[in-house]
Amino acid sequence: MTALGWHRFQFAFTITFHYLFPQLTMGLALLLVVFKAIALATGDDRYDHLARFWARIFAVNFAIGVVTGVPMEFQFGTNWARFSDATGGVIGFTLALEGLFAFFAESAFLGLLLFGEKKLGRIAHFGTAVAVFLGSWLSGYFIVATNAFMQHPVGYDVSPGGRFSLVDASAFVFNAWAFWEYAHVMCAAVMTGTFVVAAVSAFWLLCGRHEAHAQRAMRVAVVVGLAACLAQLFPTGDRQGKLVAEDQRPTLAAMEGKYTSGSRAELVIVGQPNTEEQRLENPIVVPYALSFLAYGSFGAIVQGLEDFPRETWPDNIELLYYAYHVMVGLGTLLTGVMLLGALLLWRGVLFRARPMLWALLLAWPFPYVATTAGWMTAELGRQPWLVYGLVRTADGTSLNVGSGDVVFSTLGFMGLYLLLGLLFVMLVAREIARGPEHAPARA
Amino acid sequence: MPAVFFAIVAVMLTAWAVLDGFDFGVGIVHRIVARTEEERGRALATVLPVWDGNEVWLVAGGAVLLLAFPRAYAAAMSGMYLALIMVLWLLVFRGVSIELRGHVDHPLWRAAWDSMFALSSTVLAFVAGVALGNVVRGVPIGPTGWFQLDLFAIAGDRVAAIDGYTGTIGLLSVVLLAAHGASYVAWKTDGGLRERASSVAKLAWRAAVPLAVVATVVTGFVRPAMFAAIARRPWVWPLAASAIGSTVVAFRALAAALDRRAFLASSALIASLLLATAGGLYPTLIPSTVDPAYDIDAYGAASGHHGLVVGLFWWVPAIVLVVLYFANLFWLSRGKVTAEDADAHHG
Repeated sequence: MTALGWHRFQFAFTITFHYLFPQLTMGLALLLVVFKAIALATGDDRYDHLARFWARIFAVNFAIGVVTGVPMEFQFGTNWARFSDATGGVIGFTLALEGLFAFFAESAFLGLLLFGEKKLGRIAHFGTAVAVFLGSWLSGYFIVATNAFMQHPVGYDVSPGGRFSLVDASAFVFNAWAFWEYAHVMCAAVMTGTFVVAAVSAFWLLCGRHEAHAQRAMRVAVVVGLAACLAQLFPTGDRQGKLVAEDQRPTLAAMEGKYTSGSRAELVIVGQPNTEEQRLENPIVVPYALSFLAYGSFGAIVQGLEDFPRETWPDNIELLYYAYHVMVGLGTLLTGVMLLGALLLWRGVLFRARPMLWALLLAWPFPYVATTAGWMTAELGRQPWLVYGLVRTADGTSLNVGSGDVVFSTLGFMGLYLLLGLLFVMLVAREIARGPEHAPARA
Repeated sequence: MPAVFFAIVAVMLTAWAVLDGFDFGVGIVHRIVARTEEERGRALATVLPVWDGNEVWLVAGGAVLLLAFPRAYAAAMSGMYLALIMVLWLLVFRGVSIELRGHVDHPLWRAAWDSMFALSSTVLAFVAGVALGNVVRGVPIGPTGWFQLDLFAIAGDRVAAIDGYTGTIGLLSVVLLAAHGASYVAWKTDGGLRERASSVAKLAWRAAVPLAVVATVVTGFVRPAMFAAIARRPWVWPLAASAIGSTVVAFRALAAALDRRAFLASSALIASLLLATAGGLYPTLIPSTVDPAYDIDAYGAASGHHGLVVGLFWWVPAIVLVVLYFANLFWLSRGKVTAEDADAHHG
C-alpha cells in the first residue's frame, strides 16, 4: 500500500471506530430526555431508574467517544496537511463552532446529568438532560455541515494558488446537502439508540428479570424506533439519494452498479458488479424504479459510468456498491423488525412474543453496520475527491510525513482502539447484568 | 483581524494550559500525595467534573487555529507527526483512566488506572512544555513552507522535537504543573491529603524557580529576538511583572496555608508566562530556524477576511456562554471534596 493508501486507511479506521460511539450518544441522549420527561409527567419512578441506568451506559459510551474524537480533528493537520492548508479557512469555521458551542455545553452539563441528580432537583436535572441532548445533536450538525461542504462545496472562493476562503458563511453552514444529510444521520443515530435499548429490554424480558422496567423501556424504544426507521427511508433517505443523483452523477452510477446509460433505468436489488467487463452479474432488478426514485419519472435517463471520464469515477466501485446495498438492505429489514414489534405492542402481546423478543435482542448490531455502510457510501462515493470536483484526495495528504510514520501510527491506533473496544464491551456487559434497580440517584 | 485571532488563539491555548494544566498536575502528584485508595479516589474526584471541559479548550483552540491560520496548523501538525500522534494516544489514555476507574470496584483495576493516569499526565505535561519549546526555538521550515522534525536528538546542534532546549522547557512544565496541581488538590481536599499536597506544592515551587531562571536564560540564547521584542513592547511588561509577583504570592500563600490563593497564584504565573511568550513572538506563529524569511506569521498565514469576521462574530457570544458554564460548574462543585463525593462517582 502507498503512503496515500495508509493515510486513507488510518482515517477510515479511526473515524469508523470513533463513530460507533457518537451514534449511540446521540440516540441515547434523545431517549434519556424521553425517559426523564415521562418520569416527570407521570411520576412513575421506574422511568427515573431507566434514565439512571442508561445514563451509566451513556457515560462509558460518551467517554470513549470523546477520547477517540480528539484524534479526528488533529488528523486533519497531521495526515491531511495539504487539505487543511488549502481549506482550513472554510472547514475550520464549522469545526470551531462545534468546539465553542457544542463541546463546551456537553462537557459542562454531562457531569451534572451524571452526578448532580440529588443536588439539582428534578426540573433542573431534566434540564441537564436536554442540554446534553442539544449539545450532542448540535455537534452532529457541525460535523455533517463540514462533510456536506466536501460533498457539495458552497459559499467559498478559491484563489489561483488553490487556497479556499469563506465568502458566504450562512450558505456554507446551511448547505442544502447538510440539511438532508443531517436528518438522515440523526435518524440513523436514533435507530441505533432505540435498537440498543430494545435489545437490552428484550434480554431482560426473555430472562424474566426487571420486567416492569423492561416493558417501559421497550415501549419507548419501539415507538421512537419505528418513527426513526420510517423517517430514515422517507423522506430523508429519498432526499439524500436525489441529491446524489443531482450533484454526484458518477457516484449514483457506481452505487447502482450501472455501467451503461439509458431511460427507464432499473433498481438493482442484488448482483455483483464486474468493473473489468462493465456489467452486473446475477442481477435481480426492479424495472423503471431507479429512474423514478432518482428523477421522479419512469422515463428519466440515468447516466451510466460510460458517460463519465474515468478519472472522475469513484476509485472503489465494488466496495461503494456493496456499502450502499448493505445500508439500504439492512435499513429496510430493520424497519420491518420495528414495524412488526410496533404491531405486536399495539395488539398488547409484544412482551410475551418470544420469537419477536429474540429478533429484537439479536438486531442491535445491524444499525451500527447500516450506519457504517451509509458513511462508507458517502465517503467512497465522494472519491476521487476530497472536496467534490475541486480537491483530489491524492492532493490532500501530508507529503512531509513518511509512509513508515503512517504505518506506525495506524498500527498504534488499531492496537489502542482494540483495547478500548474490549473495555467498553466489558463495562457495558457488567451494567446490563446489574440491571436498572441497582442504580441509585447520585449526589 | 490576524492580530485579533493571534490573541484569541493565544488566550484559548493559555486557558487550556491553566485549566487542563491542573488536571495534568493532579495526575503527576496524586500517586505521591494520596496514600490510600480512598485518598486517590478523592484526589481524582477533584478533577472528574471538570477535566473534560478543560480539554475542550485545546480542541476548540485547535479548531480556531485551523480556521484562522490553516498554514500554521497544517505545517506544525504534520511537521511534528510522531510527537503529535503520541500526544493523541496519551490524551486517550488520560481520558479513559479518569473515566473508567470508578466503574469497577476492584483494587487492581483502580491501581492500574491510577498509574495510567499518573503516567499519561506526567508525559503530557512534559510534551506540552516541549511543544512550547519548539514554537519558541523554531523549526526547520524551508522554502517549501513545510518541515519534518526528528522526534529526538540526544546531543549536538541538530534540532529535534525533543532536544536539550525543548526538554528543559518540558521539565519546567512538569515541575510547574506539579506545583499547580498540588495546590489545586490542597485547596479542594482536607486532612492528611491536603497536608501532603501542600508540602508537595512547596517542594515543586522551590524546584520550579531555579528551573524557570535557567529556562529563561537559555531561551535568551536560543531566541534573543523574543526578548528584544518584549523590551520594545511596554504592553508585555505587566505580564512579566505579574509572573514575578504571582511567584511571590504563591510562596507566601503556601506558607500561610492559604490554598486557594496559592492555586490562583500558580494559575496567574502560568498564564503570565504563556501570554508574555506570545507577546514576544507576535506576529510570528512558527519561527523558522533556517531563515527568518520562512517564518510562518499571522499575516501570511491568515484566512480570508470574511471567514475571520464571521468567526469573531460567533466567537464572542460563545465565549460568554463558556464563561457562564465554567462559573456554574465551579460554583456547583465548590468546597472540599468529601469521601461521599468520591463515592458518587464510583460503581
